[in-house]
Amino acid sequence: MSIWEYANPKKFMQTSAWALPWAVGLTVILLVVGLVWGFFFTPDDYKQGSTVKIIYLHVPAAMMAINAWIMMLVTSLIWIVRRHHVSALAAKAAAPVGLTFTLIALVTGALWGQPMWGTWWAWDPRLTSFLILTLFYFGYMALWAAIEDPDTAADLTSILCLVGSVFALLSRYAVNFWNQGLHQGASLSMDKQENVSDVFWLPLVVCIAGFILLFVTMVLVRTRTEIRARRLKALLARERVA
Amino acid sequence: MKALLLRDLRLAFRSGGGFGLGLAFFFLLSVLVPLGVGPEGGTLGRIAPGILWVGALLACLLSLDRIFALDHEDGSLDLLATAPIPLEAVVAVKALAHWLVTGLPLTLIAPGLAVFLNLPSGGYPWLVVSLVLGTPALSMIGAFGAALTVGLRRGGLLLSLLVLPLYVPTLIFGGEVVRRGAEGMALGTPLALLAAISLGAAALLPFAAASAIRVNLR
Repeated sequence: MSIWEYANPKKFMQTSAWALPWAVGLTVILLVVGLVWGFFFTPDDYKQGSTVKIIYLHVPAAMMAINAWIMMLVTSLIWIVRRHHVSALAAKAAAPVGLTFTLIALVTGALWGQPMWGTWWAWDPRLTSFLILTLFYFGYMALWAAIEDPDTAADLTSILCLVGSVFALLSRYAVNFWNQGLHQGASLSMDKQENVSDVFWLPLVVCIAGFILLFVTMVLVRTRTEIRARRLKALLARERVA
Repeated sequence: MKALLLRDLRLAFRSGGGFGLGLAFFFLLSVLVPLGVGPEGGTLGRIAPGILWVGALLACLLSLDRIFALDHEDGSLDLLATAPIPLEAVVAVKALAHWLVTGLPLTLIAPGLAVFLNLPSGGYPWLVVSLVLGTPALSMIGAFGAALTVGLRRGGLLLSLLVLPLYVPTLIFGGEVVRRGAEGMALGTPLALLAAISLGAAALLPFAAASAIRVNLR
């Protein structure tokens, strides 16, 4: 029994069919609990008022926007090294989800920034690197869409993902050069003494867990769709030949 | 490899159009921006480093799809791929040829155009230095993007979308070097990073581009 068994599409479909209801259920429970708790049962911040509550969407979405790209990087590597089709399809499936999270993070950030910073947008390092991340997602998806042959598309997008990751890191470092950061530092970490107070922290953790599961669920669903689409194409091709 | 370089250069010079287009674009931009912004020296001088770098970047972008597309159309890319020299070297040489016909002339005319933009006098040497160090990265990254999209019939728009985010670090460091030079501040760090990007791109991207071409020619 090794992890590569799941690279077999049939095995993957069986396992994911079993796991999917659980993932959906847990996602719904965690998100409902986390968001309701965060939105209605936490006090307003003494400085920011109720706008602070956007943190329950903004922070998890921003975390998952980056993690989705990392997941695509890993699956792209697996595709290049071991050529498992499920892996390439999972990377393809994750891209629109990651893009959506990136856009959620940008939009909620803008909505929060308007009353707090007095501006929708600032060329702050973090904001800029998220904008660049959006461009990377768009480019990646456009490349997938532009190439007809699925194996060629998988190869080229994997190469783009590898090179893009390096340049995404570089840009993150480059924009730090402007050092006019409006964006506050991380308010969550394992080793820091000063985290946000527990009242905000606990529902936030629930929300983050919910967003992680939401991502897993959507990637599972989309990968299953891709596999079915691939099978359908093969069936049609076979019928045309026969 | 030398033969390939000379062939590419000759093609670029003789076919017209592609070679001059980037330069003309750069020239137009440097003339039009002052007309649009207005003649007040202070504003113009402050945005000059950024404008010049953005102009150089866009001028490079204009001619990118010519790196491989023409060779792919007439089949000579297949011949190059089966030639006794490694495909990585072919990519590197083609990027070099692209740099010689776009990056280098851009660098040479940039100080002249900087006069239009009222670049403070301290910025001139650093403008040239930053362009010399930075434009090879633009050509190399562009060759990678062109290699990714070579199989597509209308890859131009996609090519710009793919390449634009990859250009961001180069643009930021390049503009930063000129800005700091113009204001007389220390600029060692962005200059070193700019050179690092160019060297890193020249060292690693030929392999990525060559593997993309192999996939596209499959």
